Amino acid sequence: MKFLEHEGKEILKARGIAVPPAGGVITKPAQLAAAMKRAGKAPWVIKAQVLAGGRGKAGGIKLAKTPKEAKELAGKMIGMDLITHQTHGQAIKVKEVFIEGGVKIEREMYFSVVMDRKNAGPTIIASSQGGMEIETLAEEHPEQIIRMPVDPNVGLRDFAARRLAFQLDIPATHTAEFVKTTKALVKMFIDLDCSMLEINPLILTPKGVAALDCKMTTDDSAAYRHPELAKYKDHEASALEKEAMAADISYVGLDGTIGCMVNGAGLAMGTMDTIALAGGSPANFLDVGGGANEERVSKALNIILKDKKVKAILINIFGGIVKCDMIAAGVIAALKKIKLKVPLVVRLQGTNVEAGRELLKKSGIAIIVADELWDAAQKAVAAAKGN
Amino acid sequence: MSIILDKDSKILVQGFTGSQGTFHSKQCIDYGTQIVAGVTPGRGGQTHLDRPVFNTVHDAVRNTGAFVSMILVPAPFAADSIMEAVDGGCSVVICITEGIPVLDMAKVKRYIQQVERSGREITLIGPNCPGVITPGQCKLGIMPAFIHKPGRIGVVSRSGTLTYEAVDQLTKRGLGQSTVVGIGGDPINGSSHADILAKFEADDETDAIVMIGEIGGSGEEEAARFFKEKMTKPVFGFIAGKAAPEGRRMGHAGAIVEGGAGTHASKIKAMKEAGITVVDNLSGIGEAVAKSFKTLAA
Repeated sequence: MKFLEHEGKEILKARGIAVPPAGGVITKPAQLAAAMKRAGKAPWVIKAQVLAGGRGKAGGIKLAKTPKEAKELAGKMIGMDLITHQTHGQAIKVKEVFIEGGVKIEREMYFSVVMDRKNAGPTIIASSQGGMEIETLAEEHPEQIIRMPVDPNVGLRDFAARRLAFQLDIPATHTAEFVKTTKALVKMFIDLDCSMLEINPLILTPKGVAALDCKMTTDDSAAYRHPELAKYKDHEASALEKEAMAADISYVGLDGTIGCMVNGAGLAMGTMDTIALAGGSPANFLDVGGGANEERVSKALNIILKDKKVKAILINIFGGIVKCDMIAAGVIAALKKIKLKVPLVVRLQGTNVEAGRELLKKSGIAIIVADELWDAAQKAVAAAKGN
Repeated sequence: MSIILDKDSKILVQGFTGSQGTFHSKQCIDYGTQIVAGVTPGRGGQTHLDRPVFNTVHDAVRNTGAFVSMILVPAPFAADSIMEAVDGGCSVVICITEGIPVLDMAKVKRYIQQVERSGREITLIGPNCPGVITPGQCKLGIMPAFIHKPGRIGVVSRSGTLTYEAVDQLTKRGLGQSTVVGIGGDPINGSSHADILAKFEADDETDAIVMIGEIGGSGEEEAARFFKEKMTKPVFGFIAGKAAPEGRRMGHAGAIVEGGAGTHASKIKAMKEAGITVVDNLSGIGEAVAKSFKTLAA
């Protein structure tokens, strides 16, 4: 799950890592004055709370020197459409902004910990070039990027943190504080099962070291052992995605017109690709899962039908543990309760395929049947186009 | 000889007496797989599916000579089970369990590296995988047996049902399989595509390999490099996830394009440049292999 900046900073602060004085999150200009008071003296920083990086350049981070300026800037930012280089050309509506007190910056650096697949463990990525996006940094100054693998059983040892300090040219006055902060960041990454913890920039202040921004992503598979994070909401998942999640269905909404229901993540991706290859576009990724039962199949079909963009549905099941006749029964049960207004293409293969096809045939529901995936995809594309 | 498993492999199952463990172990036993023991802490001394149950892997290995473990233990305990299997003396561990925290797998990897430094060789397959089948000899996993057929094509894949789809296409065209290996869809797993390609390259009973990958990570790129440098046998490759958007995880924890890395395009490019036959249409995998074999035979 991805955390917003102010949520990440709340966690940083609780773990003893310095952050600027927080004034809190506001959703209306009327809440501004109180937030500014909490953040302390001028200047103030107003920051759009969205999950995309690159906010600064896109106008999502502003410095206000006076209350009047703050009011103007916050008023503009709440409700604005933010397009950054990470939003893929789409605008994100800014619903909340975070008010912070300004801090004196002596130096900016880049610091992150990521779960590195190649190293099979956490790796620190750091650079003396702070504030820049890491993608740009990797392209323009690859020689200035430091990579340091971390033993997940130990965390960052003192000597390793010190080495990092020397590599980044941290002045002697700040070394102790830098070691303490980076060790705490790595510990936080491990303690909370993060997949990414990015502080960009990590800054040197006259007093010490502080985190000026925070991007944090945690491993969903480890959520069960973090009750302390349960209060944070998932900001990324859409309403339909949340509904699917609650039913143990893996669903990701997309832009196309053909709704798909598939068993298995790989085959679900493969089905999306096949639809695209046949000239159509998938409306979603949907994996009903290996332990799918009639009820879950029914629920999945309901979710697909709630997406108004859907012009045709393709069900592609390769029965292994999941039996084709059970899938057929689930589809029939769902269609007893909701009227199907779009064409439905069903392709069944594998365990109990004959029984499944027989059930669908007997049900009297208008279903377009296909034996092979390519055939099914072409039929779904044609149906979505109204042919 | 096939790779990883054959009819003589002696196997224990961790999580043997649970509902999943019981269901899948029974199917494997029916196939002829030599499951000789089960492990469930606290149920040592009992008998389940006509096999002895032990409290620890240690006891099971000492008493039965099993050297392979299949793990069907719930996710919160599965990483510990993998390490118990290795510590108990198993040299092949196949972990089916889905949803193991990535950090746990990072610790498992380090543990296995440490053990290997002492001279032992460990093959970990998975987690989050369908398992391994050597058709006609040994099925160890959750795949439907009936779609497979003994033969000379090796298959390696990150996804379960996508593998079934490819295997079904091969079997329907008369192309049997030497061994089919699901390496799993997690970001940190045991064996990589390249590890399995190396085993197939060394196997006398494999003539060609179908490699199925997906977006995320760099396993397919590394496999392409391995193919170019070390392989003589033909490889047919398919990558799922062309239509997937960046930054969204597609079901598998490992299937995500992050920061522009692990894209469909980069994998296809690496495979093509290395000389792997790339199949664009998922439905065309069987056909592509069949066609090439006709050409080879002519």
